[in-house]
Amino acid sequence: MAGPLLEVTGLSKRFGGFVALDGIDLTVAEGERVGLIGPNGSGKSTLVNCICGTLVNETGTVRFDGKAVDGLLTHERTRRGMARSFQLPRPFATLTVADNLRVPLLYTVNARLGRALSPAALDARCAELLQLVALSDKAAQLPRDLTQVEMRKLELARAMAAEPKLLIADESMAGLSQSEVDDIVALLIRLNERGITIVLIEHIMRAVMKFSQRLIVLVSGKKIADGRPEAVIRDPEVERAYLGQ
Amino acid sequence: MRTRVFLLISIAVAALVFLGARMVNNDYVFFAGYTVLQFIVLATAWNILGGYTGYVNFGSAAFFALGAYATVFWHKFYPLPIPFLIVIGGAVSGIVGLGMGYLTLRLRGAFFAIATLALAVVLQTLVVNWDYVGGSRGAYIIRPNEIPLIGPYVQYLFLIQPNEIALIGPYVQYLVLPYVQYLFLLMLALAVIALTIARGIERSQLGYGFATIRDDELAAEASGVPTLRLKLVATTISGALMGMAGAPFPYYIGYLQPSSAFGLEYAVNSIAMPMIGGTTSWVGPLIGAVLLGSLQQIATVTISSAVNLLIVGLLLVAFVIIAPNGIIGLVQGWTRGRAK
Ligand SMILES: Nc1ncnc2c1ncn2[C@@H]1O[C@H](COP(=O)(O)OP(=O)(O)O)[C@@H](O)[C@H]1O
Ligand SMILES: [Mg+2]
Repeated sequence: MAGPLLEVTGLSKRFGGFVALDGIDLTVAEGERVGLIGPNGSGKSTLVNCICGTLVNETGTVRFDGKAVDGLLTHERTRRGMARSFQLPRPFATLTVADNLRVPLLYTVNARLGRALSPAALDARCAELLQLVALSDKAAQLPRDLTQVEMRKLELARAMAAEPKLLIADESMAGLSQSEVDDIVALLIRLNERGITIVLIEHIMRAVMKFSQRLIVLVSGKKIADGRPEAVIRDPEVERAYLGQ
Repeated sequence: MRTRVFLLISIAVAALVFLGARMVNNDYVFFAGYTVLQFIVLATAWNILGGYTGYVNFGSAAFFALGAYATVFWHKFYPLPIPFLIVIGGAVSGIVGLGMGYLTLRLRGAFFAIATLALAVVLQTLVVNWDYVGGSRGAYIIRPNEIPLIGPYVQYLFLIQPNEIALIGPYVQYLVLPYVQYLFLLMLALAVIALTIARGIERSQLGYGFATIRDDELAAEASGVPTLRLKLVATTISGALMGMAGAPFPYYIGYLQPSSAFGLEYAVNSIAMPMIGGTTSWVGPLIGAVLLGSLQQIATVTISSAVNLLIVGLLLVAFVIIAPNGIIGLVQGWTRGRAK
């Protein structure tokens, strides 16, 4: 495929009179690792919600994998290969940790395959995913028995379970220890090497710099920088935005 | 356990229940039992929407009444055997359930509940003003005293010849079923069907989908669950089962009035029974319906039917405060506590 995997053009989103996103243009190429940063309230999560269909943007279009996805519901976009983790984890509270991962397998992977995975295959994939995020011993527990950190890992694992082409991780590392952050970054890089395109929204600059091949900066709903990470963080406008915070 | 095995076991249990009731051989047992079975169906149907997907339906009585009034309509228009009427009642209420789902697609929580209540009021008003089915005066349904087991339909089905009927003539007393027993048997079959459907859903992909709707619709969509479509599936199945429960009712009661078909007791009981039994599993509505249903039958005989709703209301309040996850939740809590 020649074009970019994700292409956002002129995307704007208002909440009442408040302009949360103002004419955002961005592209993400297949196989790329992109960091998306910006001060709190700059519209990063809102942008993810518009890309994935959780929120409806007033203007602009989102193209994914060569096709416009604007009219599509969230689950249809997920089935096309977008997956995201929520900034505040939203686990399925009455399902066990393993069953939380089973849902995207049943509803996205099966739908894409056009056939049902066998129960054994489902169990194996759940186990594999749990191992990937070091939650194997919590498989049978309910999300309420998890710590905040484990909850974030579950959130990430559930997004990965959908076997996406594009994974958007919205501040998955807040509250994690340094070694855990390193683990997650290493995990994301490994996923990327397997061919998954990843957009990482993060405040922890060390992780962002280690992870990103390209950095996009959002301030007050506007994109103010987009380029090589080392160049972007030295951009005076970006420095001002962060110092002004 | 596979669904087929479960079905066989529940048919066996149902057969035992019927034989047990035959052994007592008292019409009252069948009358009371019918009501309890009817509540099992209603509670199970309510729970498929209210328990599994978390959408509280206050309009159960309307779905039940639609099934009943479909029967009244056909009784006047062209009398059909009750099994056919059950299918028709299920179709009517299922379609109305689907319609309700469409109209309330984006409503959640209290707004959804209020919409279902409004739907019930609208439907009751329509029926009250529909003269053909009796309007506010109500309609009489004359039911036979007994039903031949080898009726024309069975004869046709099994190609029994008239001379063969004569052959089994001496045993004919075993081939005739008192009508109330026939109704009891039908409701027993419906209970088996409803429980099998509920349990089948729970263990299927659909059950996982319903649970994610109950837990978090945004996260469900993000995981690929078509929440709007599944919600329609739930309102349709739930409505259809309630209509099926209502279809034989005119024959049971003999005289159907809008106020009895749309009675508050149906709306309240179909919510209270699953809540008291436990909403996360098919067992909950079953336990709740058997307990509350029997309790109300006993109260009707010993005190008066007027206290029924009081009992249900008080129990519901008590459970919501003390055991929000119902009897199932209590039992699970105990076993988990012991395991630790
Ligand atoms: N559902 C909403 N309704 C109203 N305002 C919102 C809503 N979601 C986000 N906002 C506002 O939009 C702005 C951007 O929020 P968000 O996208 O969460 O920022 P970020 O993720 O970059 O911290 C904030 O000012 C926030 O208050
Ligand atoms: Mg955010």
